[in-house]
Amino acid sequence: MATRGFSGRGHAASAGQPGRLPPGQFVTTDFPVLSAGPTPHVAREDWRFTLQVGPRPIKSWSWGDFIRLPITSVTRDIHCVTKWSKFDTGWEGVSIEDLLADAGLEPPTEFALAHSYDDYSTNVPVKDLLGGRAMIAIAYDGKPIAAEHGGPARLLVPHLYFWKSAKWVKALQFTERDEAGFWELRGYHMYGDPWGEQRYSGD
Amino acid sequence: MTPGQPRAAKLVWQSASIVAIEPRTPTVKSFFFRLAQPVSFVPGQHMDVRLTAPDGYEAQRSYSIASAPEATEHIELAIERLQDGEVSPFFHETVSVGDRIELRGPIGGHFMWCVEDGGPVLLAGGGSGVVPLACMLRHRAARASAVPTVLVYSARTAADLIFGDELRALRARRDGFHFLPTLTRETNPPPGFRIGRIDTDLLSDALACLPAPPTIAFVCGANAFVETAADTLLRLGIPPATIRTERYGD
Repeated sequence: MATRGFSGRGHAASAGQPGRLPPGQFVTTDFPVLSAGPTPHVAREDWRFTLQVGPRPIKSWSWGDFIRLPITSVTRDIHCVTKWSKFDTGWEGVSIEDLLADAGLEPPTEFALAHSYDDYSTNVPVKDLLGGRAMIAIAYDGKPIAAEHGGPARLLVPHLYFWKSAKWVKALQFTERDEAGFWELRGYHMYGDPWGEQRYSGD
Repeated sequence: MTPGQPRAAKLVWQSASIVAIEPRTPTVKSFFFRLAQPVSFVPGQHMDVRLTAPDGYEAQRSYSIASAPEATEHIELAIERLQDGEVSPFFHETVSVGDRIELRGPIGGHFMWCVEDGGPVLLAGGGSGVVPLACMLRHRAARASAVPTVLVYSARTAADLIFGDELRALRARRDGFHFLPTLTRETNPPPGFRIGRIDTDLLSDALACLPAPPTIAFVCGANAFVETAADTLLRLGIPPATIRTERYGD
Protein backbone atom coordinates (compact mmCIF):
# COMPACT_ATOMS: atom_id res chain seq x y z
CA MET A 1 0.00 0.00 0.00
CA ALA A 2 1.59 3.28 -1.05
CA THR A 3 1.36 6.00 1.59
CA ARG A 4 -0.21 9.21 0.30
CA GLY A 5 2.41 11.88 -0.30
CA PHE A 6 5.44 9.77 0.64
CA SER A 7 8.30 9.51 -1.82
CA GLY A 8 11.15 8.61 0.52
CA ARG A 9 14.27 10.63 1.16
CA GLY A 10 16.10 7.50 2.30
CA HIS A 11 16.70 6.50 -1.31
CA ALA A 12 19.46 9.04 -1.45
CA ALA A 13 21.35 7.48 1.45
CA SER A 14 21.96 4.21 -0.30
CA ALA A 15 22.03 5.65 -3.81
CA GLY A 16 24.81 4.17 -5.86
CA GLN A 17 24.94 1.17 -3.54
CA PRO A 18 21.93 -0.88 -4.54
CA GLY A 19 21.37 -3.92 -2.41
CA ARG A 20 23.40 -2.68 0.51
CA LEU A 21 20.54 -1.60 2.78
CA PRO A 22 18.22 -4.34 4.15
CA PRO A 23 14.46 -3.76 3.91
CA GLY A 24 12.96 -1.21 6.31
CA GLN A 25 16.38 0.14 7.35
CA PHE A 26 17.85 3.65 7.00
CA VAL A 27 21.49 4.68 6.98
CA THR A 28 22.95 6.64 9.85
CA THR A 29 26.45 7.99 10.35
CA ASP A 30 25.92 8.21 14.14
CA PHE A 31 26.37 5.25 16.41
CA PRO A 32 23.14 5.17 18.46
CA VAL A 33 23.19 3.47 21.85
CA LEU A 34 20.47 1.01 22.83
CA SER A 35 20.38 -1.11 25.93
CA ALA A 36 17.81 -2.39 28.37
CA GLY A 37 19.41 -1.03 31.53
CA PRO A 38 22.24 1.04 32.99
CA THR A 39 25.66 0.80 31.36
CA PRO A 40 27.91 -1.58 33.33
CA HIS A 41 31.41 -0.23 33.80
CA VAL A 42 33.69 -3.28 33.82
CA ALA A 43 37.37 -2.58 34.46
CA ARG A 44 39.80 -4.52 32.29
CA GLU A 45 41.54 -5.93 35.37
CA ASP A 46 38.21 -7.38 36.55
CA TRP A 47 37.18 -8.63 33.13
CA ARG A 48 37.19 -12.34 32.28
CA PHE A 49 35.83 -14.24 29.32
CA THR A 50 34.79 -17.89 29.63
CA LEU A 51 33.94 -20.61 27.11
CA GLN A 52 31.36 -23.04 28.48
CA VAL A 53 29.77 -26.25 27.33
CA GLY A 54 26.42 -26.32 29.10
CA PRO A 55 27.22 -25.49 32.74
CA ARG A 56 30.87 -26.63 32.43
CA PRO A 57 33.60 -23.97 32.01
CA ILE A 58 36.20 -25.10 29.44
CA LYS A 59 38.59 -22.18 29.46
CA SER A 60 38.68 -18.67 30.89
CA TRP A 61 40.87 -15.75 29.84
CA SER A 62 41.89 -12.60 31.69
CA TRP A 63 42.17 -9.39 29.67
CA GLY A 64 45.95 -9.81 29.48
CA ASP A 65 45.60 -13.39 28.20
CA PHE A 66 42.85 -12.45 25.80
CA ILE A 67 44.69 -9.70 23.95
CA ARG A 68 47.61 -12.06 23.30
CA LEU A 69 45.33 -14.27 21.17
CA PRO A 70 45.44 -13.71 17.37
CA ILE A 71 43.70 -10.41 16.57
CA THR A 72 41.55 -10.14 13.44
CA SER A 73 40.37 -6.88 11.83
CA VAL A 74 37.08 -6.63 9.93
CA THR A 75 35.06 -3.86 8.30
CA ARG A 76 31.34 -4.61 8.22
CA ASP A 77 27.92 -3.00 7.82
CA ILE A 78 25.75 -3.31 10.93
CA HIS A 79 21.96 -3.30 11.15
CA CYS A 80 19.93 -2.53 14.29
CA VAL A 81 16.39 -3.87 14.67
CA THR A 82 15.34 -0.32 15.64
CA LYS A 83 15.84 0.43 11.90
CA TRP A 84 19.24 2.12 11.65
CA SER A 85 22.12 0.68 9.67
CA LYS A 86 25.70 1.89 9.72
CA PHE A 87 28.10 1.13 6.90
CA ASP A 88 31.80 0.26 7.08
CA THR A 89 32.24 -0.11 10.83
CA GLY A 90 35.75 -1.27 11.71
CA TRP A 91 36.38 -3.79 14.48
CA GLU A 92 39.29 -5.73 15.93
CA GLY A 93 39.01 -8.79 18.08
CA VAL A 94 39.46 -12.52 18.44
CA SER A 95 37.55 -14.73 16.00
CA ILE A 96 35.51 -17.52 17.52
CA GLU A 97 37.65 -20.08 15.61
CA ASP A 98 40.77 -18.68 17.23
CA LEU A 99 39.14 -18.83 20.67
CA LEU A 100 38.10 -22.44 20.13
CA ALA A 101 41.59 -23.33 18.89
CA ASP A 102 43.18 -21.79 21.99
CA ALA A 103 40.79 -23.79 24.17
CA GLY A 104 41.43 -26.96 22.16
CA LEU A 105 37.69 -27.29 21.62
CA GLU A 106 35.72 -28.48 18.60
CA PRO A 107 32.21 -26.96 18.51
CA PRO A 108 30.36 -29.50 20.67
CA THR A 109 26.77 -28.45 19.83
CA GLU A 110 24.91 -26.51 17.13
CA PHE A 111 23.75 -23.65 19.34
CA ALA A 112 25.27 -21.03 21.58
CA LEU A 113 24.20 -18.39 24.08
CA ALA A 114 26.30 -15.29 24.71
CA HIS A 115 26.15 -13.99 28.30
CA SER A 116 26.92 -10.45 29.45
CA TYR A 117 27.96 -8.65 32.63
CA ASP A 118 24.50 -7.07 32.91
CA ASP A 119 22.80 -10.51 32.79
CA TYR A 120 21.83 -9.93 29.16
CA SER A 121 21.96 -12.97 26.91
CA THR A 122 21.33 -13.75 23.25
CA ASN A 123 21.31 -16.92 21.19
CA VAL A 124 23.21 -17.52 17.94
CA PRO A 125 23.56 -20.76 15.96
CA VAL A 126 27.15 -21.99 16.07
CA LYS A 127 27.44 -22.00 12.27
CA ASP A 128 26.86 -18.23 12.36
CA LEU A 129 29.79 -17.81 14.73
CA LEU A 130 32.28 -19.64 12.50
CA GLY A 131 33.80 -19.01 9.08
CA GLY A 132 35.09 -15.59 10.08
CA ARG A 133 31.54 -14.34 10.61
CA ALA A 134 31.86 -13.47 14.30
CA MET A 135 34.38 -12.32 16.89
CA ILE A 136 34.77 -11.11 20.44
CA ALA A 137 35.56 -7.50 19.56
CA ILE A 138 37.87 -5.43 21.75
CA ALA A 139 38.32 -2.35 19.55
CA TYR A 140 36.05 -0.19 17.41
CA ASP A 141 37.33 2.35 14.91
CA GLY A 142 40.90 1.74 16.08
CA LYS A 143 40.14 2.53 19.73
CA PRO A 144 39.00 0.60 22.81
CA ILE A 145 35.23 0.08 22.75
CA ALA A 146 33.46 2.70 24.88
CA ALA A 147 31.46 1.32 27.81
CA GLU A 148 28.16 2.49 26.31
CA HIS A 149 28.96 0.54 23.13
CA GLY A 150 29.77 -2.63 25.06
CA GLY A 151 33.40 -2.30 26.13
CA PRO A 152 35.69 -3.78 27.25
CA ALA A 153 34.49 -6.48 24.84
CA ARG A 154 31.37 -7.31 22.88
CA LEU A 155 30.29 -10.13 20.63
CA LEU A 156 30.20 -9.07 16.97
CA VAL A 157 27.90 -11.01 14.61
CA PRO A 158 27.33 -8.30 12.02
CA HIS A 159 25.29 -10.34 9.54
CA LEU A 160 22.49 -10.61 12.13
CA TYR A 161 20.51 -7.75 13.72
CA PHE A 162 22.79 -6.01 16.16
CA TRP A 163 21.03 -7.11 19.38
CA LYS A 164 22.76 -10.44 18.69
CA SER A 165 26.13 -8.68 19.09
CA ALA A 166 25.92 -8.78 22.89
CA LYS A 167 27.60 -5.88 24.71
CA TRP A 168 29.74 -6.42 27.84
CA VAL A 169 30.12 -10.08 26.92
CA LYS A 170 31.60 -12.38 29.54
CA ALA A 171 30.86 -15.91 28.31
CA LEU A 172 29.95 -17.98 25.31
CA GLN A 173 28.00 -21.09 26.23
CA PHE A 174 27.38 -24.01 23.88
CA THR A 175 23.87 -25.38 24.39
CA GLU A 176 22.18 -28.58 23.28
CA ARG A 177 19.07 -26.74 22.12
CA ASP A 178 18.41 -23.30 20.65
CA GLU A 179 17.63 -21.44 23.89
CA ALA A 180 16.07 -17.98 23.72
CA GLY A 181 18.03 -15.07 25.19
CA PHE A 182 16.85 -11.79 26.73
CA TRP A 183 15.10 -10.16 23.77
CA GLU A 184 14.17 -13.47 22.17
CA LEU A 185 12.09 -14.18 25.31
CA ARG A 186 10.45 -10.78 24.85
CA GLY A 187 9.06 -11.05 21.35
CA TYR A 188 12.14 -10.69 19.18
CA HIS A 189 13.15 -13.19 16.51
CA MET A 190 15.17 -16.29 17.41
CA TYR A 191 17.54 -15.83 14.43
CA GLY A 192 17.32 -12.16 13.34
CA ASP A 193 18.38 -12.04 9.68
CA PRO A 194 18.14 -8.39 8.51
CA TRP A 195 17.78 -9.44 4.85
CA GLY A 196 14.78 -11.61 5.74
CA GLU A 197 13.52 -8.78 8.01
CA GLN A 198 13.29 -11.19 10.94
CA ARG A 199 12.67 -8.52 13.57
CA TYR A 200 10.01 -10.09 15.77
CA SER A 201 9.02 -13.66 16.47
CA GLY A 202 6.82 -14.94 13.68
CA ASP A 203 8.50 -12.70 11.06
CA MET B 1 2.69 -11.00 26.20
CA THR B 2 4.31 -12.92 28.99
CA PRO B 3 8.06 -12.59 29.42
CA GLY B 4 9.51 -16.07 29.70
CA GLN B 5 7.77 -17.41 26.65
CA PRO B 6 8.63 -16.53 23.08
CA ARG B 7 5.60 -15.08 21.39
CA ALA B 8 4.49 -17.25 18.51
CA ALA B 9 1.96 -15.10 16.68
CA LYS B 10 3.23 -12.95 13.87
CA LEU B 11 2.77 -9.21 14.23
CA VAL B 12 0.80 -8.21 11.18
CA TRP B 13 0.69 -4.82 9.50
CA GLN B 14 -2.66 -3.11 9.41
CA SER B 15 -3.78 0.06 7.74
CA ALA B 16 -4.99 2.58 10.34
CA SER B 17 -6.74 5.86 9.68
CA ILE B 18 -5.67 9.13 11.23
CA VAL B 19 -8.68 10.52 13.09
CA ALA B 20 -7.06 13.56 14.74
CA ILE B 21 -3.81 15.48 14.88
CA GLU B 22 -2.99 17.62 17.88
CA PRO B 23 0.07 19.89 18.28
CA ARG B 24 1.66 19.27 21.68
CA THR B 25 4.72 21.54 21.54
CA PRO B 26 6.47 23.49 18.76
CA THR B 27 8.19 20.23 17.70
CA VAL B 28 5.81 17.48 18.81
CA LYS B 29 2.43 16.51 17.40
CA SER B 30 0.13 13.73 18.52
CA PHE B 31 -1.40 11.52 15.84
CA PHE B 32 -4.49 9.54 16.75
CA PHE B 33 -4.99 6.29 14.82
CA ARG B 34 -8.15 4.24 14.57
CA LEU B 35 -7.25 0.59 14.15
CA ALA B 36 -9.56 -1.83 12.37
CA GLN B 37 -8.11 -4.58 14.56
CA PRO B 38 -7.51 -3.11 18.03
CA VAL B 39 -4.28 -4.18 19.71
CA SER B 40 -3.90 -4.75 23.42
CA PHE B 41 -0.67 -3.48 24.89
CA VAL B 42 1.11 -2.74 28.13
CA PRO B 43 2.14 0.88 28.86
CA GLY B 44 5.70 1.49 27.67
CA GLN B 45 5.41 -0.55 24.49
CA HIS B 46 5.73 0.92 21.03
CA MET B 47 4.30 0.52 17.55
CA ASP B 48 6.14 0.24 14.26
CA VAL B 49 5.03 2.58 11.50
CA ARG B 50 5.67 1.80 7.83
CA LEU B 51 5.56 4.30 4.98
CA THR B 52 5.67 3.04 1.39
CA ALA B 53 6.64 5.11 -1.67
CA PRO B 54 4.99 4.49 -5.05
CA ASP B 55 8.15 2.67 -6.24
CA GLY B 56 7.95 0.25 -3.30
CA TYR B 57 10.62 1.88 -1.12
CA GLU B 58 9.74 1.51 2.56
CA ALA B 59 10.69 3.47 5.65
CA GLN B 60 9.91 2.18 9.14
CA ARG B 61 10.19 3.74 12.57
CA SER B 62 9.14 2.85 16.11
CA TYR B 63 7.09 5.25 18.23
CA SER B 64 6.04 4.79 21.83
CA ILE B 65 2.33 4.62 22.52
CA ALA B 66 1.10 7.67 24.47
CA SER B 67 -2.52 6.72 25.02
CA ALA B 68 -3.56 4.44 27.87
CA PRO B 69 -4.62 0.88 27.09
CA GLU B 70 -7.97 1.85 28.61
CA ALA B 71 -8.53 4.33 25.75
CA THR B 72 -9.68 1.70 23.30
CA GLU B 73 -11.05 4.03 20.60
CA HIS B 74 -7.68 5.00 19.23
CA ILE B 75 -3.93 4.80 19.67
CA GLU B 76 -2.02 8.04 20.18
CA LEU B 77 1.57 8.33 18.97
CA ALA B 78 3.36 11.58 19.90
CA ILE B 79 5.97 12.20 17.21
CA GLU B 80 8.82 14.68 17.54
CA ARG B 81 9.98 16.32 14.35
CA LEU B 82 13.66 15.50 13.90
CA GLN B 83 15.69 17.93 11.80
CA ASP B 84 17.27 15.44 9.44
CA GLY B 85 14.52 12.88 9.70
CA GLU B 86 12.75 11.13 6.89
CA VAL B 87 9.62 9.89 8.66
CA SER B 88 8.92 12.48 11.37
CA PRO B 89 8.99 15.49 8.95
CA PHE B 90 6.60 13.55 6.71
CA PHE B 91 4.19 13.16 9.62
CA HIS B 92 4.50 16.81 10.59
CA GLU B 93 4.23 18.31 7.12
CA THR B 94 2.25 15.92 4.96
CA VAL B 95 -0.01 13.67 7.00
CA SER B 96 -3.56 14.89 7.49
CA VAL B 97 -6.74 13.59 9.06
CA GLY B 98 -8.25 10.79 6.97
CA ASP B 99 -4.89 9.47 5.74
CA ARG B 100 -4.17 5.80 6.17
CA ILE B 101 -0.86 4.66 7.65
CA GLU B 102 0.39 1.13 8.22
CA LEU B 103 1.12 0.08 11.81
CA ARG B 104 2.05 -3.08 13.62
CA GLY B 105 2.62 -3.89 17.26
CA PRO B 106 2.76 -3.76 20.17
CA ILE B 107 6.52 -4.22 20.40
CA GLY B 108 8.84 -4.39 23.40
CA GLY B 109 8.72 -6.75 26.34
CA HIS B 110 10.91 -5.05 28.94
CA PHE B 111 10.27 -1.31 29.19
CA MET B 112 6.68 -1.68 30.35
CA TRP B 113 4.59 -1.35 33.46
CA CYS B 114 1.02 -1.90 34.56
CA VAL B 115 -0.63 -1.25 37.93
CA GLU B 116 -0.51 -4.96 38.79
CA ASP B 117 3.31 -4.66 38.79
CA GLY B 118 3.02 -2.33 41.80
CA GLY B 119 5.70 0.01 43.05
CA PRO B 120 6.90 2.44 44.26
CA VAL B 121 7.79 3.54 40.74
CA LEU B 122 10.33 6.13 39.64
CA LEU B 123 9.99 7.57 36.15
CA ALA B 124 12.59 9.81 34.51
CA GLY B 125 11.98 11.26 31.07
CA GLY B 126 14.03 13.59 28.93
CA GLY B 127 12.29 15.45 26.07
CA SER B 128 10.09 13.12 24.05
CA GLY B 129 11.27 10.31 26.32
CA VAL B 130 8.32 11.24 28.52
CA VAL B 131 5.86 9.68 26.06
CA PRO B 132 5.94 6.03 27.25
CA LEU B 133 6.02 7.31 30.86
CA ALA B 134 2.91 9.44 30.23
CA CYS B 135 1.24 6.28 28.93
CA MET B 136 2.03 4.56 32.25
CA LEU B 137 0.66 7.55 34.19
CA ARG B 138 -2.52 7.74 32.11
CA HIS B 139 -3.05 4.02 32.71
CA ARG B 140 -2.39 4.47 36.43
CA ALA B 141 -4.98 7.26 36.59
CA ALA B 142 -7.52 5.37 34.48
CA ARG B 143 -7.25 2.48 36.91
CA ALA B 144 -7.51 4.82 39.93
CA SER B 145 -4.28 3.31 41.22
CA ALA B 146 -2.54 4.74 44.26
CA VAL B 147 0.84 3.10 43.56
CA PRO B 148 3.39 5.67 44.80
CA THR B 149 4.93 7.15 41.67
CA VAL B 150 7.25 10.03 40.90
CA LEU B 151 8.04 11.52 37.49
CA VAL B 152 11.16 13.57 36.86
CA TYR B 153 10.79 15.30 33.51
CA SER B 154 13.50 17.32 31.85
CA ALA B 155 12.56 19.58 28.94
CA ARG B 156 14.27 22.55 27.28
CA THR B 157 11.65 25.21 27.99
CA ALA B 158 8.15 25.35 29.44
CA ALA B 159 6.80 25.38 25.87
CA ASP B 160 8.58 22.09 25.18
CA LEU B 161 6.73 20.16 27.90
CA ILE B 162 4.68 17.44 26.26
CA PHE B 163 1.48 16.75 28.24
CA GLY B 164 2.50 19.50 30.71
CA ASP B 165 -1.05 20.54 31.66
CA GLU B 166 -2.19 16.95 31.92
CA LEU B 167 0.72 16.00 34.18
CA ARG B 168 -0.01 18.97 36.45
CA ALA B 169 -3.66 17.90 36.59
CA LEU B 170 -2.61 14.38 37.56
CA ARG B 171 -0.43 15.81 40.33
CA ALA B 172 -3.40 17.80 41.61
CA ARG B 173 -5.30 14.57 42.25
CA ARG B 174 -2.95 13.93 45.19
CA ASP B 175 -3.24 10.19 44.76
CA GLY B 176 0.39 9.37 45.38
CA PHE B 177 1.76 10.80 42.13
CA HIS B 178 4.53 13.40 42.36
CA PHE B 179 5.78 15.46 39.43
CA LEU B 180 9.18 17.16 39.36
CA PRO B 181 9.72 19.04 36.09
CA THR B 182 13.02 20.71 35.29
CA LEU B 183 13.83 23.06 32.43
CA THR B 184 17.31 23.16 30.91
CA ARG B 185 17.12 26.28 28.74
CA GLU B 186 14.73 28.50 30.65
CA THR B 187 16.15 31.46 32.51
CA ASN B 188 12.86 32.56 34.03
CA PRO B 189 10.89 29.41 34.84
CA PRO B 190 7.23 29.42 35.86
CA PRO B 191 6.46 28.54 39.50
CA GLY B 192 6.93 24.89 40.39
CA PHE B 193 9.75 24.30 37.92
CA ARG B 194 13.41 23.75 38.55
CA ILE B 195 16.21 24.93 36.32
CA GLY B 196 19.00 22.77 35.00
CA ARG B 197 19.77 19.27 33.88
CA ILE B 198 18.90 16.15 35.82
CA ASP B 199 21.36 15.66 38.68
CA THR B 200 21.87 14.05 42.08
CA ASP B 201 19.83 16.69 43.93
CA LEU B 202 16.84 16.30 41.69
CA LEU B 203 16.88 12.50 41.77
CA SER B 204 17.41 12.50 45.56
CA ASP B 205 14.35 14.72 45.91
CA ALA B 206 12.42 12.39 43.63
CA LEU B 207 13.37 9.38 45.76
CA ALA B 208 12.33 11.33 48.87
CA CYS B 209 8.81 11.68 47.41
CA LEU B 210 8.39 7.92 47.61
CA PRO B 211 7.54 6.10 50.87
CA ALA B 212 10.14 3.40 50.07
CA PRO B 213 12.86 2.88 47.48
CA PRO B 214 11.43 2.19 44.02
CA THR B 215 10.95 -1.45 43.10
CA ILE B 216 11.21 -0.39 39.49
CA ALA B 217 12.58 2.66 37.66
CA PHE B 218 12.06 3.61 34.03
CA VAL B 219 14.44 6.03 32.33
CA CYS B 220 13.75 7.20 28.77
CA GLY B 221 15.29 9.87 26.60
CA ALA B 222 18.33 10.73 24.53
CA ASN B 223 21.36 8.62 25.38
CA ALA B 224 23.20 11.34 27.33
CA PHE B 225 20.13 11.89 29.52
CA VAL B 226 19.67 8.17 30.12
CA GLU B 227 23.34 7.62 30.96
CA THR B 228 23.29 10.49 33.48
CA ALA B 229 19.99 9.52 35.08
CA ALA B 230 20.78 5.78 35.29
CA ASP B 231 24.32 6.32 36.61
CA THR B 232 23.02 8.77 39.22
CA LEU B 233 20.33 6.35 40.37
CA LEU B 234 23.00 3.65 40.74
CA ARG B 235 25.11 6.02 42.86
CA LEU B 236 22.04 6.72 44.99
CA GLY B 237 21.82 3.02 45.76
CA ILE B 238 19.17 1.84 43.32
CA PRO B 239 20.11 -1.71 42.18
CA PRO B 240 20.93 -2.03 38.46
CA ALA B 241 18.32 -4.75 37.92
CA THR B 242 15.66 -2.25 39.08
CA ILE B 243 16.46 0.24 36.32
CA ARG B 244 15.02 -0.19 32.84
CA THR B 245 16.11 2.12 30.06
CA GLU B 246 14.97 3.12 26.62
CA ARG B 247 17.29 5.34 24.60
CA TYR B 248 16.81 7.50 21.57
CA GLY B 249 19.81 8.15 19.36
CA ASP B 250 21.86 11.21 20.14
